[in-house]
This record gives sequence, structure tokens and C-alpha cells, in this order.
Amino acid sequence: MQKITRDTLVSKAVSLLENGTVDAVLGWGKGEFAYDVTPTVFETADEIRENFVWNDFCGANFSKYLVSKTRKLEGKILVFLKPCDTYSFNQLLTEHRFDREKVYVVGVPCEGMADISKVKAITGDGISAIDFTDNGLVITTLYDDEPKTVAYEDILAERCVNCKSKKHVAYDELLGETGEVLESARFDEVAKIEALTPDERFAFWQGELSRCIRCNACRDVCPACTCEKCVFDNPNSGAENKAPANSFEEQMFHIIRAFHVAGRCTDCGECSRVCPQNIPLHLLNRKFIRDIDNFYGEYQAGAEVGTRAPLVDYNLDDLEASDVFERRDSE
Amino acid sequence: MQVNEYKPLIVAFCCNWCSYAGADLAGNNRLNYPADVKIIRVPCSCRVNPMFILRAFQRGADGVIICGCHPGDCHYTSGNYYTRRRMALLFSMLDYLGIERERTRLEWVSAAEGAKFAATMNDFAEKVAALGENKRLEDLRCKK
Repeated sequence: MQKITRDTLVSKAVSLLENGTVDAVLGWGKGEFAYDVTPTVFETADEIRENFVWNDFCGANFSKYLVSKTRKLEGKILVFLKPCDTYSFNQLLTEHRFDREKVYVVGVPCEGMADISKVKAITGDGISAIDFTDNGLVITTLYDDEPKTVAYEDILAERCVNCKSKKHVAYDELLGETGEVLESARFDEVAKIEALTPDERFAFWQGELSRCIRCNACRDVCPACTCEKCVFDNPNSGAENKAPANSFEEQMFHIIRAFHVAGRCTDCGECSRVCPQNIPLHLLNRKFIRDIDNFYGEYQAGAEVGTRAPLVDYNLDDLEASDVFERRDSE
Repeated sequence: MQVNEYKPLIVAFCCNWCSYAGADLAGNNRLNYPADVKIIRVPCSCRVNPMFILRAFQRGADGVIICGCHPGDCHYTSGNYYTRRRMALLFSMLDYLGIERERTRLEWVSAAEGAKFAATMNDFAEKVAALGENKRLEDLRCKK
């Protein structure tokens, strides 16, 4: 359960809107279901009081929305950012994707977000109501008479289990307190896959990637993917197919998608969150992050504004491509 | 009946200023290297987009090698330094997905190193031939 309450966020948004500091508020709005939270731009205080949501399903990272929302905006927009979202925010600023002056950032502490597919795995489908209590979520479904209580640690999203940081790296104002950069075990799973034989690795990834339906949701949500013209939309690139035709195409899409954000990916985990097929896409991004840390020194994208991403930088004595595997095997 | 011996198809991306001239020198010196090496000339090794490499595999290459100027000798000052970082990461990723690591290589070949070019290609072709056909990154639609 989140420590900070919805009322705190709503009163902050309403007061900033009413005193004229901001003209719009980018926040989480009511969706069709209790767990279905939709990114929304609010323009009046009434809308906020009525539709604003803050609960354990507010996983969406708003940084990328700022690129399109600030473009035609005259005044300022208020945005609520969780600690991991602030890294994406900094990375976008580094790439000059929007005007910092047009944004008013309110940092929100985060206790980790819930993953609805984990909830459904426990309670089954047909969720009609969710109560957020200190002991966990109390879930009422259409098919059970008794509501079920689900503990928070059992439904924590995968990216939050290995949370990398509770520290806000960018904000104008903070609600509650900011935390620390954490020691996380986020690379353990990557190391586990690396330890497999090539045949096992190939089988593992075939199993995962063959589920891909090429909906492009991972690309659309990624705060690092902000090109106006994407190679996957270009009909002349030969890579624009919406339906995956064969295993090569799935592999190519996922390799290139991850490669295009290598060095700029802040590991916010949005790609895995939105994947309708539950493909662990963050494992591809983390592989690049781990390799970059190993080969070129530790680098956290978005930790500061204005740093040079590792792939647009070089050292004269960099590791040779032929020595990559020796370096990795000697670990 | 004659049984056709399997020969790997190798795509070599050679930079215009060093490696392509190196290949030329190998030819001038009558040095042998496998005829299955198909050279594609690029302005600089850093022109090679990761997509090119995947595309080559898609269209039936069994191995892809990228040749560029030695570090410090790039015609455009720093192109090959970027190549080095990109390819290190890409090759590592391909390995992570279970594609044989011997199928990809990055080599520095200068315009004076015709012998090195021929030796590199012979060695690479031998290693790729030992692996056999590229099955993991092939596209059956492109199969002839």
C-alpha cells in the first residue's frame, strides 16, 4: 500500500491549478476497472477531484507524455513522477525532448506497484472491487462469495521486486520524503541466463519471443523511444510488419528495439509492464546495461542531466569486440 | 554423382579507406581467400547498422565480419571507436539470445595488410564452416 494518500496528491494538484502555477495536470485517471488506471490530462479542479486515482496500480511513467503534451502548451503542466520515472525525465531532458520550463514536477514516493496479472493468477478473473488495506488488497470477484486478501509482497511487479532506486533525481517539489539509491539484485536473472548453454539460451528466447504479437506497445510506451520517425513504421525499412511472420522477425524486432535504447534505457521496466504477452523484455535491456557497466564502467542513464550515453562516447583503450566473451567468461 | 561440399556464405563489410584497399592488395598479391566471402563496401565501419548484420543473416549469410581501419587510423577520425562499442554490445547480445558467437567478428585491417585480410578471411570461413548452416537467424521466406 502506498504511504502517501490520494487526498495529498489531489489537494496539491488542485491548489497548484487554482493558484495559476500550472494550467494542466498530468496524472492517473479512472479507467474501466479498479485496476485499470489510465494516464490523463486534467484541466479543471473538478475533474481532478472526481477522476484522479492514486493506488497500487499507478505504474505508468509519465515522462514520455511530456514530449507531446508540452509541445502546444502555452503555460506549465504539472506532472507526478515516482522515483524511477524521474530517471526517464532526466534522460529526456538530456536529449532535449521538451522544455524544462514548461513542466512542474511533483515527486511522489513509491512503495512498489502491483502487477494485475499476478493478482489474477491468485484470485482468478472477474475482479469487481478492490480494497486497499494495510494487510494487502482485498479482492472481490464475481465468482467467489468471500473476498480474498492478497499480500502486497505476492503481487509486487517484477521491476519493483528489484527496485533500483527510491531516490528522486529531479523534482520541483516533493510530497513525502525521497529515498536512497538501492543495492538491487536486478542483474541476477540476466546472469542466470548467461550461465546457460547457447542451446538452452536459444530455446529460452524462442519460447519467450515467439509469443510476440508485434503490437509495438513496448516501443510506444518506452520513454527512451521518442524518435518522430521510427524504423519500425517505415514501409521501406522491411521491418514494419505488424504481425510477426516468423522467428527471425521477432528476434530482429527485439534485438533492434533493445539496441536502439542501449545506453539510454533507465531500466524503468515499462516495456515489460505493458507487454500483453508478458514477455520479459527488461531482460534484454538489462543485458545491455550490464554489459555497458562491465565493459565501459558503471553508468546509470538519467541519474544526471547532460551526461553522454556510452554508445555516443568512446575511449581510446576500449575493450575490443573480440575480447567481449573472454571478459564475460572470466567473471 | 557429385556431392556438393557445404560452403559457408560470408558477408564482409569493409571500410572504403582501409579494409577495402586491404582486400584489393590481397588480390593484387595473388593471395587466396575463400570465394564465398562477399565484400560490401561501406564508407566507414561505423556506417554498419546492427540491422545490416541481422539482414545479412536473414538473407542467408552464415557469418558476418566487419573490417575497419585500426583504432586511431579512421579516415573520419573516430568512426571505428563507435563501431567497436556498438559491435561489442551487439555481439554480446546475439550470444545472449543463443546465436553462435563465432558467426560474428570485428577485425581491423589496414590498406597495407593484404596478407592479414586473406588470413582473417580464411580463418573466419573455416570457423563458420565448422558451425555449419545458420539456422538460428534464418528467414525461411528468403530461402532459395
